[in-house]
Amino acid sequence: MGLPGSFSPQEAETRSVSGDTSMTAATATGETGGATRAGAALRPLLRFAIPVLLLVLAWFYLGPQQFVNALTRGSIYALIALGYTMVYGIIELINFAHGDMFTVGAFVSLSFLVFLGFSGAITDVGLLIIVLAATFLVTMGAMGAIGVTIERLAYKPLRRAPRLAPLITAIGVSFILQNVIQLFYGPFQTNSPKVFPDSWSVQIGGATIPVLSVFIVGVALSLMVGLQLFIGRTRLGRSMRATAADRDAAALMGVNINRTIAITFLIGSALAGAAGVINGLQYGVARFDDGFQAGLKAFTAAVLGGIGNTVGAALGGFIIGFIEVAAVVAGYGRWGPAIVFGTLVIVLVFRPSGLLGQQLGERA
Amino acid sequence: MSVVSDLPSKTVNGGLGRREQLGARAARHRSWTILIGMVIVGSVLPVLAQLPPFSLAQPANAWIDGFTNAGVFVLLALGLNLVVGVAGLLDLGYAAFFAIGAYTYAYVASPFGNGILGLDILGSFGSSEAAGFIFWPMLLVGAGVAALFGILLGAPTLRLRGDYLAIVTLGFGEIVPIVFLNSDLLTNGTAGIGGLARPSLPIIGGFSAINPYPYYITMLVLVTIVMMFCYRLIESRLGRAWEAIREDELAAAANGINTVVAKLLAFALGASTAGIAGVFNASKLVTVSPDQFTFVVSFTVLAMVVLGGMGNFWGVAVGAFVIYTINNVLLKSLNQFFDTVGIPFLQDVDFIQLQFLLYGLALVAMMLVRPEGLFPNSRRKRELHAAITETEQDELGSVAGTTEEDLPQ
Repeated sequence: MGLPGSFSPQEAETRSVSGDTSMTAATATGETGGATRAGAALRPLLRFAIPVLLLVLAWFYLGPQQFVNALTRGSIYALIALGYTMVYGIIELINFAHGDMFTVGAFVSLSFLVFLGFSGAITDVGLLIIVLAATFLVTMGAMGAIGVTIERLAYKPLRRAPRLAPLITAIGVSFILQNVIQLFYGPFQTNSPKVFPDSWSVQIGGATIPVLSVFIVGVALSLMVGLQLFIGRTRLGRSMRATAADRDAAALMGVNINRTIAITFLIGSALAGAAGVINGLQYGVARFDDGFQAGLKAFTAAVLGGIGNTVGAALGGFIIGFIEVAAVVAGYGRWGPAIVFGTLVIVLVFRPSGLLGQQLGERA
Repeated sequence: MSVVSDLPSKTVNGGLGRREQLGARAARHRSWTILIGMVIVGSVLPVLAQLPPFSLAQPANAWIDGFTNAGVFVLLALGLNLVVGVAGLLDLGYAAFFAIGAYTYAYVASPFGNGILGLDILGSFGSSEAAGFIFWPMLLVGAGVAALFGILLGAPTLRLRGDYLAIVTLGFGEIVPIVFLNSDLLTNGTAGIGGLARPSLPIIGGFSAINPYPYYITMLVLVTIVMMFCYRLIESRLGRAWEAIREDELAAAANGINTVVAKLLAFALGASTAGIAGVFNASKLVTVSPDQFTFVVSFTVLAMVVLGGMGNFWGVAVGAFVIYTINNVLLKSLNQFFDTVGIPFLQDVDFIQLQFLLYGLALVAMMLVRPEGLFPNSRRKRELHAAITETEQDELGSVAGTTEEDLPQ
């Protein structure tokens, strides 16, 4: 169940970039080690070969433009999925409101940019960097605060209640968030200032790729690596892993459970906020109910990667991004959501522990 | 854990035989209660609609029509109550079964649907009025088809733990409207299937949009029958199995309950109720389209079940009725009221738009303050409250445990 722990940051980075599935070994040393030992000689080769092969296939099938598009979409899903997986890992709650936290993040960032008086692209690099940094900081900070507040008010009193109670509360919170946004911004799309110039592009391998996409994927990956470092290397991260593994035992060892859970919500919500900022930069619009579909897809990503596993969530996010873009390229764009949810059902039925997850067994 | 402990402690005083006799009499009595209660409710509502506070808001026929629509949601809530309230399986895609029931009727009772099926079902009746007879058997067929899909969805997924099930059903609830929307050739896409046959009866003739009473009375009969079914199911061996599963699945399995079959039955029976509601609703609207079955319906029904009181079918029915009426009459009237009176801020607020904000606040408040709902089921209430403080629960458990063991001696 635990959040994956002590692998090195380099590993985490390369693996989430290349979509490598070999994390199982690193995540679960000593826990599911026995199962992975079989066929040891062939597996490392397959683990590298299959993802690389898939990526190459994706590159040729989608073409550079759509490949990058899939990566940006995947970044957004991955960042949202991290929040789902962390909260699930630590208190076993499917936080239905998390998708809407992403929407709130998108609106906080667009309001902040409008408040600063920006409406279009900023071509001055220095100013752009400052504005972007400020937007990310403000949005992530605000979302963290909102996340902690929600946890304190809505979920904390129900920690010992039957599972159905916090789940229904989460649905209620989701309604509240959506409708508060709708109250302020109305039921239609709101324009988000696209401060990052669309026209900037770089040549990579003969293909023209927007700098914005590189920036987005870069930000997303550095946040993910930062999260891994935080979970794996810091005291707070260790208390998070301990709480996820066994809350009561962690409390006995002196871990402050309430603070740890609050921090989990803070980080998860801040990451959803970052996804909101990215969404605004990339697509330039936001609507009050964006988070419903995005949240479902991100949840699918979290399950696909193995819920409770942060690397799995990131990987799952990128996979969902690719599936969705591939559906569009194949001319089945309208079926996109159905394909994603179909994937979810299939994963849950055949491999409920996900790609990188541990066997949860039948804990009803 | 409380299933094991509280049931026997009740049977302690009298002998089992007498208790069973009393139980049987009470059961017979309660079915009559439902029948008499529904007759009273059914005859009081049209009278109320004629009286001042109600007749001012809208004409009596509009009220009757509204009550009938509320009845559709009462049916849905009763069905979902079996799944969520009684068996404790969180189903977030319940509208999918509603959709399946409605489209089943559409295929059999519309020219477009008959064209797809390649059978001229409507034509074989001769007149269009006679074709309405098909509605009555279709209620059962719709229920059956929905139940079949319930089993198809449930069979692979009911092995999963509760919250995964919630997500799978949510996904299913999303997929079904998408399929109906995008399969243009088979379902006519966004426009949906129109021209469905209205129900008809031998003496009354065809139902019409002008006279709401035939639909109203049909709905009353349906709700009464479904309530009796629910009541008898909940009090049956199967109902007790569901409650046992809800409270502790492992313990239920250890006590010899086939949990997979019991859960599948809960899913199938809940789905079949939604199927009936779907057939009725389709016959009343005379058209089906994918936008009638979005997740909004699923969540509205869930809110009704939770607010009414999970597990208590009377509470759920009343909750559904009240919430529907508030949504569709009160909020609309509030809009008109503030528009005419002209209070600055309230005038600009669209109360219908606010309905989901209100649901959200109500759901959260309900779970925090009164998780058993407005009209609680007594056993459910005890369970929800006992679990909140663990020490209390442990004490209760151990006390009940000792009395139970002491009994035989």
